[in-house]
Amino acid sequence: MAIKDRMSGNEAVAYAIKQVNPDVMPAFPITPSTEIPQLVSNYIANGEMDTEFIPVESEHSSMSATVGAESAGARSLTATSSCGLALMWEELLVAASNRLPLVLALVNRTLSGPININCDHSDSMGARDTGWIQIYAENNQEAYDNFIQAYPIAEDPRVHLPVMVCQDGFITSHAVQNILLEEDDKVKEFVGEYKPEEFLLNPGKPMAVGPYSVSNYAMEAKYNQEKAMENSGKVILEVAERFKKTFGRGFGFFEEYKTDDAEYIMLIMGSAAGTAKQAVDDLRAKGMKVGVLKLRVFRPFPADEIAKALSGCKAVAIMDRTESYNGHGGPLSSEVPAALFRNKVNIEAVSYIYGLAGRDFMVETAYEIFEELRDVVENGKKVKQHRYIGLRTREEQ
Amino acid sequence: MRTNGIEIRWHGRGGQGAKTAALLLADVCFKTGANVQGFPEYGPERMGAPITAFNRISKEEIRVHSNIYTPDLVVVVDETLLSSVDVTAGLKEDGAIIINTPKSVDEIKPLLKGYKGDVYTVDARTISVNALGKYFPNSPMLAAAVAVSEVMDKEAFITEMRTSYQHKFAKKPEVIEGNMKALTDTFTALGK
Repeated sequence: MAIKDRMSGNEAVAYAIKQVNPDVMPAFPITPSTEIPQLVSNYIANGEMDTEFIPVESEHSSMSATVGAESAGARSLTATSSCGLALMWEELLVAASNRLPLVLALVNRTLSGPININCDHSDSMGARDTGWIQIYAENNQEAYDNFIQAYPIAEDPRVHLPVMVCQDGFITSHAVQNILLEEDDKVKEFVGEYKPEEFLLNPGKPMAVGPYSVSNYAMEAKYNQEKAMENSGKVILEVAERFKKTFGRGFGFFEEYKTDDAEYIMLIMGSAAGTAKQAVDDLRAKGMKVGVLKLRVFRPFPADEIAKALSGCKAVAIMDRTESYNGHGGPLSSEVPAALFRNKVNIEAVSYIYGLAGRDFMVETAYEIFEELRDVVENGKKVKQHRYIGLRTREEQ
Repeated sequence: MRTNGIEIRWHGRGGQGAKTAALLLADVCFKTGANVQGFPEYGPERMGAPITAFNRISKEEIRVHSNIYTPDLVVVVDETLLSSVDVTAGLKEDGAIIINTPKSVDEIKPLLKGYKGDVYTVDARTISVNALGKYFPNSPMLAAAVAVSEVMDKEAFITEMRTSYQHKFAKKPEVIEGNMKALTDTFTALGK
């Protein structure tokens, strides 16, 4: 029986970590993810779990130590945010290319500058091409559920890739809400025991990790890494199916909220999706056919599935909580239209930048966007394809 | 009201426990079976800086993650904020505001920019010092929020708070009775 409780997103992830009880957790504190290693340390000190916790002097070291521990054959993880992730950059690539199934609990926070501690997705989005699987959560429940699914995805022999489990800094990490927790033994059984096929601390089968690769081999290694990322899609869905059978809560690459007959769809990630769902209900009560496509899995990018899901609508608002500084929008604004184009789905698509550095995303913000989409379709309103929403001053048109 | 429940905004200064009060309210409402949300708004945190915290309490699932702009209830933990923060901004006309001050409602009203809803004052300092020997505005303001919002039954609140304090102050059991007295004294003072 699931246990009804109330927790913040950080508490929920720390609780999941306790239940999974991985072997090694090196970590360095950074707002707003600090509570995760702090709570895990408490659990260890209280004898509730026996993970080896390694306090390190920087995030460069925390990811290095996580890579080292995972290479040795230990189920490993770390947690971080923002500049902490930036300092791990080199090791993020090492973790993925060494095909290490470790897990990173990321609490999304903007990257400098101006220096700011609040949420946007610039940290994880900046790491989108490092070869990590990325899964995003709308609330504390999803942060918990996604963490439980992370190791079964990462460790699957068809995948062998690291997984970043993301949630919105402060908005979910520090908000206490109701949550359903699963029983320890059921979580442990779901995640299973880690049995690495090849690892360093295996005297009978010596191996090298991370050696120089000449050009004759390196490109094949990268090709195989890409194939693993492609394979992970199937595995993510299989694990989600098993999760649903075990715990009753279903997941996919994305959630389609009232999109079946929707004329206007907002494609959005993270906590803002919940707020957008409220806007959908309010606008539907007034007769407007709107829906939300909440993207959960950003890597691998479910391009064809997104194109199919959007094929029946008249217009989509593509919502980026980060800037790419390319003059055309954020990462979703590049990848979603590419998916639509390749699948020959010809609909209006307007890119919006919202919520940078903690700028609040309100139900009214979502109304405004849906109404603008309708204006574009019904009245031929010309809008810039790269729009900012929620600015203190009106954007120059 | 969006969440078919109640939305509360707390104004305090860093270190006074407005955030803790919001989280405690979420906690105690959760125990009565409600859907709850309790969260702070973080800025550059420092002692004494104005801070805001929020609660949504509802029978239905809470999906909105924005701050609260049209609260049903505002709780002001420090009356000196009245001169610098627009505490009644967006506050519903049929809502209420509670201010921690030794002043009377009539003395406070002119500072509220013509707010037409219900105004309550609670002298949390006197209540806290009498009950605890120290000034912690948290418990009186929490009790006032429960009494004014009627978000939960007062007896259930008292029972749950005792359990909560027993847990929270497991190593300082001597402060439990004082905190309980601060809660009930606030109910008495408000006459609610």
